[in-house]
Amino acid sequence: MGLRNYIDKIKPNFEEGGKFSKFHSTFEAFETFLYTPNKVTKSGTHIRNYVDMKRSLIAVVFALIPCFLFGTWNIGYQHFLSLGQDVTFWQTVGYGLLKIIPLYLVSYIVGLSIEFTFAEIRHEDVNEGYFVTGFLIPLIMPVDVPLWMLAIAVAFSVIIGKEVFGGSGMNVVNPALLARAFLFFSYPSKMTGDNVWIAEKADAYSGATPLGTIFNGGSVNDLPSLMDMFVGTIPGSIGETSKIAILIGGIFLIVSGIASLRIIIATFAGAIAMSLMISDIPFYYHLLMGGFMFGTFFMATDPVTATQTNIGKWIYGFLIGAVAILIRVANPGYPEGMMLAILLMNVFAPLIDWCVVAVNIRKRKKRWAAAERRTR
Amino acid sequence: MDKIKIRKGLDIHLDGKATKQLEVFEPMFCALKPTDFIGVLPKLHVTEGDDVKIGSVLFHDKNNEKIVFTSPISGRVKAIVRGDKRAILAVVVENDGKNEAIDFSSVSNPIEKMLQSGVWPLLRQRPFATIANPADKPKHIFISMFDTAPLAPDYNFIIGNQQNTFIEGIKVLSKLTDGNVYVNVCKDVRPCVSADAKNVIYTEFEGPHPAGNIGTQINALSPINKGEVVWYCYPQDVITVGKLFLTGRYDSTRIIATTGSAVRNPHYYQTRTGAYVAQILDIDENARVISGNVLTGTNITSDKFLCFHDSQVTVIPEGNKYKMFGWLRPVFRRINDTNTNGDTRPYIMTGQFERVFPFDIYPMQLIKACLIKDIEQMEELGIYEVDAEDFALCEFIDPSKTQIQQIIREGLEFIRKETC
Repeated sequence: MGLRNYIDKIKPNFEEGGKFSKFHSTFEAFETFLYTPNKVTKSGTHIRNYVDMKRSLIAVVFALIPCFLFGTWNIGYQHFLSLGQDVTFWQTVGYGLLKIIPLYLVSYIVGLSIEFTFAEIRHEDVNEGYFVTGFLIPLIMPVDVPLWMLAIAVAFSVIIGKEVFGGSGMNVVNPALLARAFLFFSYPSKMTGDNVWIAEKADAYSGATPLGTIFNGGSVNDLPSLMDMFVGTIPGSIGETSKIAILIGGIFLIVSGIASLRIIIATFAGAIAMSLMISDIPFYYHLLMGGFMFGTFFMATDPVTATQTNIGKWIYGFLIGAVAILIRVANPGYPEGMMLAILLMNVFAPLIDWCVVAVNIRKRKKRWAAAERRTR
Repeated sequence: MDKIKIRKGLDIHLDGKATKQLEVFEPMFCALKPTDFIGVLPKLHVTEGDDVKIGSVLFHDKNNEKIVFTSPISGRVKAIVRGDKRAILAVVVENDGKNEAIDFSSVSNPIEKMLQSGVWPLLRQRPFATIANPADKPKHIFISMFDTAPLAPDYNFIIGNQQNTFIEGIKVLSKLTDGNVYVNVCKDVRPCVSADAKNVIYTEFEGPHPAGNIGTQINALSPINKGEVVWYCYPQDVITVGKLFLTGRYDSTRIIATTGSAVRNPHYYQTRTGAYVAQILDIDENARVISGNVLTGTNITSDKFLCFHDSQVTVIPEGNKYKMFGWLRPVFRRINDTNTNGDTRPYIMTGQFERVFPFDIYPMQLIKACLIKDIEQMEELGIYEVDAEDFALCEFIDPSKTQIQQIIREGLEFIRKETC
């Protein structure tokens, strides 16, 4: 094959001592993107199954595509709805693409540049982790976020959230959520209120999200219909509005074994339990409002920042759901409780795991002690 | 008979299962490889050109001079293969076909008899998977009568009509422990039960691989506590022990299955321990020859001598091919080569190992404890209950493509060297 021969021809330049050896990781990343390597097993098992990191992470990107598609359409739909204009489907989608593509360009260019640079410095392979993070970040942003802010948020989350800990797999909190939290706390006026959720809306039009409505003293009657919230034809972050799209992607993730069903069930359970206890509005509103569903399926299940033990996953998920509703109800200053709940539990995940493992260790030590008594 | 069901695990299906057809194959050469035994430092007793009989000592272990390794065939020492730093890799004996054997029937002490004849190294211990120490009194002895690994040989077929020899072997082993001899069978393998030995316990196991692994069975029956030692071996080893006590001679006969997609007409051969198998395999240049199964076996492509404990040879194609957008393609066919199907990455996915790891142990945590060589943590997390081979399935499914068996082995070796 021509391409393969060409790659083999230029490969020596990128190896140790070659002209471009500084770009070894970059070359390797592109080569393995095009071709799975010809590496064979050395020690240990002689065969390996087909699932590798690329395959696992690309599954997450696939799962996000329904959210991406619906979000793109919804950007245009909300825009023209606020202006009161009647346009065709393709005009709606076209407008959405015009808005969303720059977000993706910024997310990937900034994020991947940093990832590649760190990989080169460390002489490591470029990790695939950012393909998912970079796909997630625009989906959890308000559509009108200025691009320079997005760039800073991405840089912050990749460097401080991930690379300082050693790269993908070592981070404590979810980098995509960190990017959002960074903007939320650094530029609150740009990230909250009614102004950011609809692209270039008409001035008189209320762009409030359901959560915003509730926390500005609205009641259930002021909310969009349950059906609208389920289908997603409401203002909100790009990827989070359509629960149908989230469920399609979420089910794909569960079936492919990437997302932990334990965490998802536990998060729902925690949210339902807490809203039954303290919330005035029915619990199913909480499940449909804001980023709850998106966070549950795509953020809470991030394997790196979640708990690693199976029992820990139940505890972790339950607490995320409960804390998210607690924040929503108890603190109107931060309507988006899901983001904060996940970030908080990310930090506590290692502690939960530690406790779960400690139980196992104690059981083992008891058995040792019993065996010693027997032999005496 | 108690029944134990193993729920977690994975059966891997590959092409090239051995058909039940037995052929006698007298090898031209046999080799004894010190590298087959963990922690053995060989001291040679022979030089090239020496004549040896079946049972003649080839080398012993410097750590324990009583443990000797004897020739499986009669003939002449053809070569002593050395590697880096002159380490002995193999002692190769050329077969003269006369089958002259040393008679050990005058040795009355059973342990001495097994040691002198070179049968002893068939017995291994846990933890560490080293050769059993004859000075120990093991808590129990475990024998797995079936193998669930990919393309595993059928021990029912292998044992065949040697059941009396097998029972004799069990009788001998039952005297070596104050505890029990656990003979673990599955639905298809039910060797006849002997009423003689009281401490022999049969248990039926059911479930996917690794239900047939000795480690899984030990864990289900009597997990190893810190400071305890158990011994284990496999059906053909028991038969070898039985023959030693019935005839007084070391009989190195071993039935092996040739398996794998790169073997033409895979079937069973009656051959010798350490046989040179190149003659019976029609080997493609781009194929890998494995002594054992594809999960835990040893790559013997370069020397083609069967390893000491193995009853199976697997040959599969090497996977040294590029695949365009291979990571994006859906795959429906069986795995059939040695491609890693991806690059090594940090641990990102979680909860995957737990699905195939039927131990009350947190695999990821234990792997990480081994990586940082923290003995206390390894002990607390259950390192004594496992061996590298118990992690083979984890390694097979690991999306991060790390060398998990090697990590566990290094952790175990670290403890063994620090504490022994």
